[in-house]
Amino acid sequence: MSTIEHHGTYQPTTGLGKWMDARLPLPRLMYDSFVAYPVPRNLNYAYTFGGMLSIMLVLQILTGVVLAMHYNGSTAGAFTSVEHIMRDVNNGWLLRYMHANGASFFFAAVFLHIFRGMYYGSYKEPRELLWILGCIIFLLMMATAFMGYVLPWGQMSFWGATVITGFFTAFPVVGEPIQQLLLGGFAVDNPTLNRFFSLHYLLPFMIAGVVVLHVWALHVTGQTNPTGVEIKSKTDSVPFTPFATIKDAFALIVFFLFFAYFVFYMPNFLGHADNYIEANSLVTPAYIVPEWYFLPFYAILRAVTFDIGPLTSKLLGVLAMFGSIAVLFVMPWLDTSKVRSAVYRPWYKVFFWIFVVNAIFLGWLGAKPAEGIYTFLAQISTLYYFGFFLVILPLLGLIETPRRVPNSITEAVLAKSSKKNGGVTQVSGATASPDNKA
Amino acid sequence: MKTMFAKISAIVVAATLGLSVAATGAFAAEYPIKKPREQDWSFAGPFGTYDKGQLQRGFKVYREVCAACHSMNRVAFRSLEDLGYSEGQIKTIASEYDITDGPNADGEMFTRPGTPADYFTGPYPNREASIAANGGAYPPDFSLLAKARAVERGFPTFVFDVFTQYAENGPDYIYSLLTGYPEDGEAPEGVEVPEGTHYNPYFIAGKSLAMAPPLSEDIISYDDGTPATVEQMSKDVTAFMMWAAEPKMEERKSLGFKVIIFLLIFAVFLYLTKKQIYAKLEH
Ligand code: HEC
Ligand code: HEM
Repeated sequence: MSTIEHHGTYQPTTGLGKWMDARLPLPRLMYDSFVAYPVPRNLNYAYTFGGMLSIMLVLQILTGVVLAMHYNGSTAGAFTSVEHIMRDVNNGWLLRYMHANGASFFFAAVFLHIFRGMYYGSYKEPRELLWILGCIIFLLMMATAFMGYVLPWGQMSFWGATVITGFFTAFPVVGEPIQQLLLGGFAVDNPTLNRFFSLHYLLPFMIAGVVVLHVWALHVTGQTNPTGVEIKSKTDSVPFTPFATIKDAFALIVFFLFFAYFVFYMPNFLGHADNYIEANSLVTPAYIVPEWYFLPFYAILRAVTFDIGPLTSKLLGVLAMFGSIAVLFVMPWLDTSKVRSAVYRPWYKVFFWIFVVNAIFLGWLGAKPAEGIYTFLAQISTLYYFGFFLVILPLLGLIETPRRVPNSITEAVLAKSSKKNGGVTQVSGATASPDNKA
Repeated sequence: MKTMFAKISAIVVAATLGLSVAATGAFAAEYPIKKPREQDWSFAGPFGTYDKGQLQRGFKVYREVCAACHSMNRVAFRSLEDLGYSEGQIKTIASEYDITDGPNADGEMFTRPGTPADYFTGPYPNREASIAANGGAYPPDFSLLAKARAVERGFPTFVFDVFTQYAENGPDYIYSLLTGYPEDGEAPEGVEVPEGTHYNPYFIAGKSLAMAPPLSEDIISYDDGTPATVEQMSKDVTAFMMWAAEPKMEERKSLGFKVIIFLLIFAVFLYLTKKQIYAKLEH
């Protein structure tokens, strides 16, 4: 790790290459980051979502920029312009379905990426900033998608925006000014749509900026791997190209297969039918539900149905919702375990999988009406969500007995393949030499 | 790694479940009283296409019956080409509609016959007029109705829908609604419906709606000799409405097939390459 700077193997061969290298060594940076860059040899497919996310961001920007060329950001014209895209613009239906479903797949990938990080302890020292940058990307994605969903100006666009911006009024004193600033008035209307369009265009580029920092931080600390043991010797790592490149490419194409299935055959499955009705401030839909990727957070928001002293349930709900994302930021300091990977943490593993199931369950509850048994279940689920971070993570590190952690990645890999081959192995360089630990 | 992969796929499946619950679970409401009845549609499935004869019949039902109350103003005459009409036929159809245009050089608005570039005009000048004329209920525009009325399927059906590619909730709903009025027009014993509405257990937003059963046997006669039963007309007009809502569906599905085949082949090549590259690693 962190040896990229020193053992740069880039050798410009052409005249132009040498000329560039002496002035702006961009090719060198690319080579060192995406070709020679050493990655752990034992990365599995859970590590391929980062690459997919970068591609999805690019795809959203490309389709979005073309959509924006035909889109009309006014209450009078928005819905009609989206239908114009669907019917008259060449391949407009494809662009729009890719963009709308792309947002869903973007979130699916980011959830899996985050779960991967939680499972293998990617948030732990020395990767705290890398993790926090990821959390910032996640927040920006949520803001982007929320504003994007308002743009087609359907019933759910309008009412979703009304409900969500309404949360801000829960805050005393500052709440209403914030809401009015967001809306550009007292209700969702033309000024709202205008500023959401502007911000929806801006935020993805801010995401791209944070992604650069995220990848930079990654290339300083190096990737984790399923063992959680850092790279210690040369046999522990393989060069990014061809090893990671080909694996990422294969995973990406499989991901695209799922994506294409939805875009071409079920393009409206993940959306809400009511959004094919133009926004109407006089007709409230029977149920107002956000997009699926917001549902777990929506469930947490609605789980709080009680006041605490002067704090209203509405305010507490909003705080719980923001809190559910805020805890992610401090996760590196909540986990007290010395062991990084869940592979060697028998108890953490169990609580982690419960966390995953619980998160999906929260998503399901978010789509249910907030009444009766659903509210109660959402409260239990919310309790586990926060309990996982605030109680289980700190305590577990103190009381759990981890399994023996291998001395090196190579040792772990060889042990595994020897098990597969019936126990006979010649141990070559299995004992990692700590000498070249950077 | 195998187990991790299995777990990841388990999460993907679970997440799909979760998100589709989200998409579908929302309307666990009491309406519609009866679930839409699933029909066979020529446009269903990965190779589905519209049946032009059916679309033409449906268009006739629309023009001669539904258009008295319902508009369809996002559909242009030129797109009738999809139904198999010739340029001349489209010109004739368009010219039967009056289009308000202007202002002219004198600053006056004027009326002229439609051209293929124009859009269908509705029976009322605006939404308010249509509501006023229909006893306070808005007869929705047809352009997107077949997509806007995709009734939620509920757990666990929607999970299977992903695999069976079921995307005909809208048409099934409209067909069921049109054919779902009780034969005698009476609501079941003990069910009160508001004055001026008609009981229909398939209606999405209540037990009755303001539209009287619009179709009755032989209310129109088909040019191709198909018997004009209520079922037949309902089915035809519904297929037509699906086309109006999603005119690019055939293009979408046929391109989709090519894309999927390409991705599959590409994935196999990448997998084999990957195996070969990683073979160097194995000890
Ligand atoms: C006499 C006027 C009239 C005619 C003719 C008419 N409708 Fe309607 N339709 C209405 C009104 C009014 C509503 C609104 C009902 C309500 O919301 O209670 C409506 C609603 C509908 C709905 C939407 C139900 C929902 O889910 O909200 C559909 C679908 C529909 N009509 C189809 C048709 C079809 C197909 C025809 C032609 C065969 C037709 N209508 C002919 C007046 C009419
Ligand atoms: C992080 C990346 C992005 C995400 C997650 C995202 C998400 C979304 C979503 C969820 C919608 C609503 C889709 C629908 O239901 O119709 C939308 C619409 C839209 N987006 Fe984006 N978007 C992104 C990037 C961009 C960019 C970079 C642009 C423009 C430069 C853009 C332009 C548009 C336009 C014009 C619409 C309205 C058209 C439509 O609704 O299809 N988007 N976006």
